[in-house]
Amino acid sequence: MSSGNLHPRDTPDPSAPPIQVVGLHKSFGDHEVLKGIDLTIERGQVVCVIGPSGSGKSTLLRSVNLLEWPTKGKVVIEGIDITDPDVNLDKIRTRIGMVFQQFNLFPHMTVLRNITISQEKVLQRSKAEAEEVARAMLERVGLSDKVDAHPSQLSGGQQQRVAIARSLAMNPDMMLFDEPTSALDPELVGEVLDVMQSLANEGMTMMVVTHEMGFAREVGTRLIFIDEGVIVEEGDPREVLSDPQHPRTQSFLSKVL
Amino acid sequence: MALVDIRPTVRRRISQTLIWIGALVVILLIALMADWENIRKQFLNVAVMKDLWPEIVLVGMRNTLIYTFISFIVGTALGTVFALMKMSKGPFSWFATAYIELFRGIPALLTIFAMTFILPIAFGVKIVGGAVGSACLGLVIVTSAYTAEIMRAGIEAVPKGQREAARSLGMSPVQTTLFIILPQGFRIVIPPMTNEFVMLLKDSSLIFIAGLTPPTKELTAFARDGLSTYGSPTPLILAAILYLIVTIPLTMLIGKLEKKLAVRK
Repeated sequence: MSSGNLHPRDTPDPSAPPIQVVGLHKSFGDHEVLKGIDLTIERGQVVCVIGPSGSGKSTLLRSVNLLEWPTKGKVVIEGIDITDPDVNLDKIRTRIGMVFQQFNLFPHMTVLRNITISQEKVLQRSKAEAEEVARAMLERVGLSDKVDAHPSQLSGGQQQRVAIARSLAMNPDMMLFDEPTSALDPELVGEVLDVMQSLANEGMTMMVVTHEMGFAREVGTRLIFIDEGVIVEEGDPREVLSDPQHPRTQSFLSKVL
Repeated sequence: MALVDIRPTVRRRISQTLIWIGALVVILLIALMADWENIRKQFLNVAVMKDLWPEIVLVGMRNTLIYTFISFIVGTALGTVFALMKMSKGPFSWFATAYIELFRGIPALLTIFAMTFILPIAFGVKIVGGAVGSACLGLVIVTSAYTAEIMRAGIEAVPKGQREAARSLGMSPVQTTLFIILPQGFRIVIPPMTNEFVMLLKDSSLIFIAGLTPPTKELTAFARDGLSTYGSPTPLILAAILYLIVTIPLTMLIGKLEKKLAVRK
C-alpha cells in the first residue's frame, strides 16, 4: 500500500479534494455497517447525508476523522491518506471540525475555556490570542454574553452553537456535523441551522448527517442517500428530494417528508 | 368513627409525632437506667482529661492527621495511575489487576506489618522515615488499591462523547485524559472518596503494629497509652470525640462542595 511512501506528507495539498473516501468497509463484530463506500467531497461543497436509522450514515461521517477506524479502505484528507499509521492524526484532526448530536461540551469548564483549551494545548496559541479567537467565534454564533457561563446553564441550541464555535476556533478546512439538531427541542433547531447556513454561505466544506430535509434542500449542494451500508442514490438535493429514482429512496422519503 | 374522617396528611403528621415521642421516651428510659455517677467517674474523668490535654491533640491527633493526609494524597495519586493501567490493554492491565486484588484482599494490618518487617528483611531496604515511614507506605498501598477501583468507576462514568470531542479537536490521548476525563472523573467520585478518607483516618490507628515511639504515636495509640497509665477509659472516649470532630465537619463541608460543583456537571 505505502510502498515508496516512507515519509507521508504532513502538509495538506490545497488542490486535492478535502474529503475522499475510497472503498470504505466497516464492521462491528459480525455486523457489516458500511459495505464499500466511495465518496469525494470537493472544496466548498455542502454534502447532506440522509438515510434510515442503522443505515451507516453516522458511521461513515465518524470514519472521516477516524473516530471509527475502517475495516477496509482509505480515508484521504486534503491528499493525505490518514489511515496510514505514520500520519500525525492529531494534527490532521485540527483541520476537521466535528459537531456532535449530544454537543459534547466540556461540562467542567466555562464556555470560554471550552473554546480556548484546544487552541492552547494543540495549536500552542497564547492565552490572550486563544481568548480573542474564542470571543470572535462566540460573536459569530451570537453568544457573546455567555462567555462565563457553564454549559449546563445553556439551552440545547446555545450549547450546540458553542460547540460549533469551539470547532471553528481551530480554523478547520472542513466541518462534519453528526445529526446536529436531532437532540434539540423543535423551537431551538432554527438557531443552529442558521449558523450552519451562514457557514455554508462563507464557503465552508461541510458534510452533514441530518434529518432536516428543508436544510438539505435549501443549503445542501449535494444529497447522498445511504441504506444498508451503501450509497443508494446521490445528486442535486432538489432533484433527489422531489424526484427520487431508486425505490428505496422513494420509500424512505415517503415516510419522512 | 372520628379517626376515619381524618385526612391522610393529618394522619401522617400524627403518626410521625407519635414516633418522635416514642423515641424520646426510650432515650429517657435508657438515660434514667444508666449509672451516671459511675459513668462520669469512669469514662469522663475530668482529672484524666486535664492531664492528657493538650498532648492528645498536639501529638496524637496531629500525627493521625499527618499520616492520613500523606497516605490519602500519595495513595490517591498512585490509585489513579493503577486505574489508568487497569483500563489499558496488555501487561499493565494485568499487573494493575493483580496489585488491586492482592491488597484489597489482605487486611490493612497485615499489609502494614509486611511493609514494616517483611520488606526490609526480604530486600534489605531501608524505608525513609523508619517505622512510621514503612507503616505509612502500607497505608498508601492499601489506599491506592481501593482508590484505583473508585477512580476507574469515575473515569468510566464520563460519557464517551467527551473523549471523542477532545480527540476530534486534535488533543492527544494524554491531553484528553489529563484535561477532559480526569477532572470530570474526580468530580464523580467525590462521595466514595470522602468515604475512603474517613476509612483511612480510622485505619491510620493500625500503624501501631509498626511499633511507635511516644512522639510518633497517633490518636488511638496515644489513648491506649492513657488507658493503661490511668486505668481509666476516659482517654478512649476523648479520642472518639476527637475523631468525630474531624469527620463530621468534613463530610458536611464536602456535601456543600458537591452542591457548588453540581452546576458544572
